[in-house]
Amino acid sequence: MSQPFRLNKEGLINRNKKISFTFNGKKLFGYEGDTIASALIANGIHLVGRSFKYHRPRGFFGAGVEEPNAKLQVEFNGHSEPNVNATEMELVEGLSATSQNCWPSVNFDIGAINNFLKMFFPAGFYYKTFMWPKSFWYKIYEPFIRKAAGLGVASIEKDKERYEHKFEYCDLLVTGSGPSGLASAYAAAKNGAKVILAEDKPRFGGTLLTDDVSIDNLSGKDWAEKIITELKSMPNVTVKNRSQVFGYYDHNMLVMFERVSDHLEKKSKFTPRQRLWYIRAKETILSTGSIERPIVFGNNDTPGIFLSAAAKEYMKVYGVLVGKKPLIFTNNDSAYETALEFKKNNVEPIILDTREEHSSELIDEAKSKGIDIRFSHGVIVANGYKKVKSAKIGKLNKDKNSFEKIETVDCDCICVSGFWTPSVHLASQSGNKLKYEEKIDAFIPDKKKQHETSVGAANGSFTLEESLKHGFENGSNLSAKITETKTEISIPNVNEKKYGAHDKFWCMPLPKNENPKRFVDFQNDVSVSDIEIALREGYRSIEHVKRYTTLGMATDQGRTSNLNGLQLVSNIENKIVPEVGHTTFRPPFTPITIGTIVGREVGMEYMPTRKTPMHEWHEKNNAVFVDAGAWKRPRYYKLGSETLFEASKREAKNVRENVGICDVTTLGKIDIKGPDAAEFLNRVYTNAWMKLPIGKARYGLMLREDGIVMDDGTTTRISENHYHMTTTTAQAANVLSHLEYYLQIIWPELNVNVVSTTEQWAGAAIAGPKSRDMLSKLYPDLDVSNEALPFMGYKEAEFFGVPSRIFRISFSGELAYEINVKSDHGMFMWEKMMEVGKEFGNQPYGTEALSTLRIEMGHVAGPELDGRTIPSDVSLNGLVSKKKDFIGKNSLGREAFNVESRQKIVGLIPIDRKSSIPEGSHIVQDQNAKLPNPKLGHVSSSCWSVENNNPFSLAIMKDGKNMIGKKFFAVSPLKNKSIEVEVISSHYVDPEGKRVRS
Amino acid sequence: MLYIKCPYCGLRAQKEFSYGGDATVKRPNINEEVSSEDWDNFVYMRKSPRGKHIELWQHIAGCRQWIKVQRDTATHEIFQTAKVTEEIR
Repeated sequence: MSQPFRLNKEGLINRNKKISFTFNGKKLFGYEGDTIASALIANGIHLVGRSFKYHRPRGFFGAGVEEPNAKLQVEFNGHSEPNVNATEMELVEGLSATSQNCWPSVNFDIGAINNFLKMFFPAGFYYKTFMWPKSFWYKIYEPFIRKAAGLGVASIEKDKERYEHKFEYCDLLVTGSGPSGLASAYAAAKNGAKVILAEDKPRFGGTLLTDDVSIDNLSGKDWAEKIITELKSMPNVTVKNRSQVFGYYDHNMLVMFERVSDHLEKKSKFTPRQRLWYIRAKETILSTGSIERPIVFGNNDTPGIFLSAAAKEYMKVYGVLVGKKPLIFTNNDSAYETALEFKKNNVEPIILDTREEHSSELIDEAKSKGIDIRFSHGVIVANGYKKVKSAKIGKLNKDKNSFEKIETVDCDCICVSGFWTPSVHLASQSGNKLKYEEKIDAFIPDKKKQHETSVGAANGSFTLEESLKHGFENGSNLSAKITETKTEISIPNVNEKKYGAHDKFWCMPLPKNENPKRFVDFQNDVSVSDIEIALREGYRSIEHVKRYTTLGMATDQGRTSNLNGLQLVSNIENKIVPEVGHTTFRPPFTPITIGTIVGREVGMEYMPTRKTPMHEWHEKNNAVFVDAGAWKRPRYYKLGSETLFEASKREAKNVRENVGICDVTTLGKIDIKGPDAAEFLNRVYTNAWMKLPIGKARYGLMLREDGIVMDDGTTTRISENHYHMTTTTAQAANVLSHLEYYLQIIWPELNVNVVSTTEQWAGAAIAGPKSRDMLSKLYPDLDVSNEALPFMGYKEAEFFGVPSRIFRISFSGELAYEINVKSDHGMFMWEKMMEVGKEFGNQPYGTEALSTLRIEMGHVAGPELDGRTIPSDVSLNGLVSKKKDFIGKNSLGREAFNVESRQKIVGLIPIDRKSSIPEGSHIVQDQNAKLPNPKLGHVSSSCWSVENNNPFSLAIMKDGKNMIGKKFFAVSPLKNKSIEVEVISSHYVDPEGKRVRS
Repeated sequence: MLYIKCPYCGLRAQKEFSYGGDATVKRPNINEEVSSEDWDNFVYMRKSPRGKHIELWQHIAGCRQWIKVQRDTATHEIFQTAKVTEEIR
């Protein structure tokens, strides 16, 4: 149970609480406050994964978001998640982690043969190799790439966790709780501003937790704690740890990912796992800090090689040694702090400094502690396959391009530091064009594009004093503009070590005849030679080099590789870095779970469910529902073991023979009122509306301005200035917006108001030859004769004491009525109809029967009004007025709309009168013709005609009615069917329309 | 997500609005003779400017009013919003 690399005292972990977990099946333990990474390192485990392309052994490199290697498959709280960053995931009891991208095990990985074939996997390998022969793609190349690609395995189980979205507003959002972030948040909070302070890590304080500094005579850590405690007590401040602001969008909208309960062993039922915050901030402080940059050298990806600051963080935060024989390889002073920390813990480091011998506060301190410092030195190549065993180091000549002396030293870890890169991702996402800062050899934010201000290391200030000063000043000034209050805060006294200048040196040369891989991008296995190849092959733009080599394109977004890649390109091309430019930063900053993006919008909550007032009745009576937009509509009512086909046939037949009722509540309904309502309808519809009498309905057709049919429906004149419009279920929202558009923008002079009343009315259609008999029973006191209530007539009457509207309109082609009552009375109406209708053989019918009835009547609907047809295409030119103007009229004269052979609606029946014709089939002359077989039209709607007892389809076909009597083939490659058909009229049943008027 | 100031309701999130195209297009008057060229220009021809653009949005999940928004198509900066009856600049 011993942890050989755990220090006795150091660290911020809770040593009183042991946590057990497994790694690749091995039982281990760590402490509360550990990450998976720190616990594994404490146990002396470094080999955790295999690299993407070459399957090289990989260990940990960083201690946080910068980690490119240690991505594990992690099972915890009952789910399995791939590509989890071991340096970020906190240890929870019972967690089980396994290595990815290796088989059969991380120790013996067959894929590692790629490493020995690496000369065959250069940059652009995939582009070059899988080009030919073409026929190999589906069967050989694609499956191979699929198998090789990706790292972890996504779970196929349903995600049982709960995720939430939250919308928040604030005056100042501070992203990062390092010194500058704390100072900004504190100053703004004191000015009374509404502040949100977000910290990605579990602990607040950023570098204050690891740097050897003091503020107002408190250690950095204690000062951070004091400020956080005060901030937490203020009502105007929200402080969030484990929360990463990962995206900066338009108009100062930032998105934050909060890990609410992944670190908890137990949680209550409704605690979400993760939460997505949409934060609209008036001002944003970007205090995202900086990430250490590595120096590139041979086999620099061997397990046991760390960023030097990460090594320090493992000691100071987790009480863990990354090794007991460290080599510190640096081009700057900050790594000396790591060396001093090792020394403090009785470990003897050797410092290799690429700079010539000189002096600074830290160098002097290291010297005085007796640390072995070798100037003008660097690591050439790391030795050891699964763990660093030794390193070949060299003394650089004056030009730093060859070696004066080469020797091998034993070591068990190498801590590398190539100076610091400000984290400018959010600034860049906000639209800020970055600028190159020569002094630090990195990009920092330039002019603001939105309300964002970068402070501290994110802005290239690497001293504590400056960071605090900028933090306090900006936090105070930005918030004072909003709150108009300014509280004076004295900037605290700071004690920190002064750093000397860094060396502009990031890539070790290689001795002659040695050619180890020198990795720039670990996660995507991009090495120096890959970049050289890309340039040699003529790629110049950094964006092209990036795509060709995949440099910086892995999930770590090139946090430790981008600048070194740029530096290499600039050296080879002999350009300065700003001329090479940088690639684009895009959200999210780190991978976030799909569950968080989706939030609560899954299953029933995916979208609102619209149910008609009669829904429960349908449910009780075995309705099988179909989605119509958000609505649930009964598709058919299942009797016994009936199939869809059998049930819909039965229902439709019953309407033709007796009477049926259909829930038509979902139809769009729009109330239109005002003295100019008739004039408005006259402009909106293609037919005439000025003379519609009160108490009459009319079928209307509306077009878009380009002449294409938009929607159809009936509109009824209720009273002098009051009309009731119906639309199709699908177009209801569009039609309302369309009407509002013309009333508000084009013809504001028309005195008309429109409002949706779809939800206010429940509707039922009563259709069939016995519908009048049934209606007279429903309205015993009303004269419902053909004379009193003719086709397209309208009456208002009480329905068993409930006010109702009766429209004599028909979609089925039968004698039919539609009854509307207030939604609250919908169920009452329906049940009454079922009760009264019994003696007439009434049965409910669903949308499938409804379709059958309208198709065999040749009535057009959505499949025919598909956004490509004009009125004459669907035999509705009779409704197009020649006398008046209306929306879209001028377009109808277009040449292409008026050619004789234009496709028009026809009917189709199979020659064998048996084979049903799949919707979407293409109509062709010769089913065996060579491809591309000329298409003459397509089948839009199909049904089994209950009237004629054979299949019948509507089709949109070239030359339309001139084709009647001719034979063709309806071909559906999708269903693998080819059916010989005859073209007939689209009006298959009752072409004169006698029934609706009977 | 854009932050759009509805002249009737104030600042609201983009998800409450739907986009309605170029606000500077003028529909030929109803009942007036129009050349096919003018009509085609109205129906089909739209500029796709980079930069300032006056466009229509409808506050569909709010007051349902159509409004004018002057927006930079490249940066999404919104300079001004107005009722449709008002002029922008």
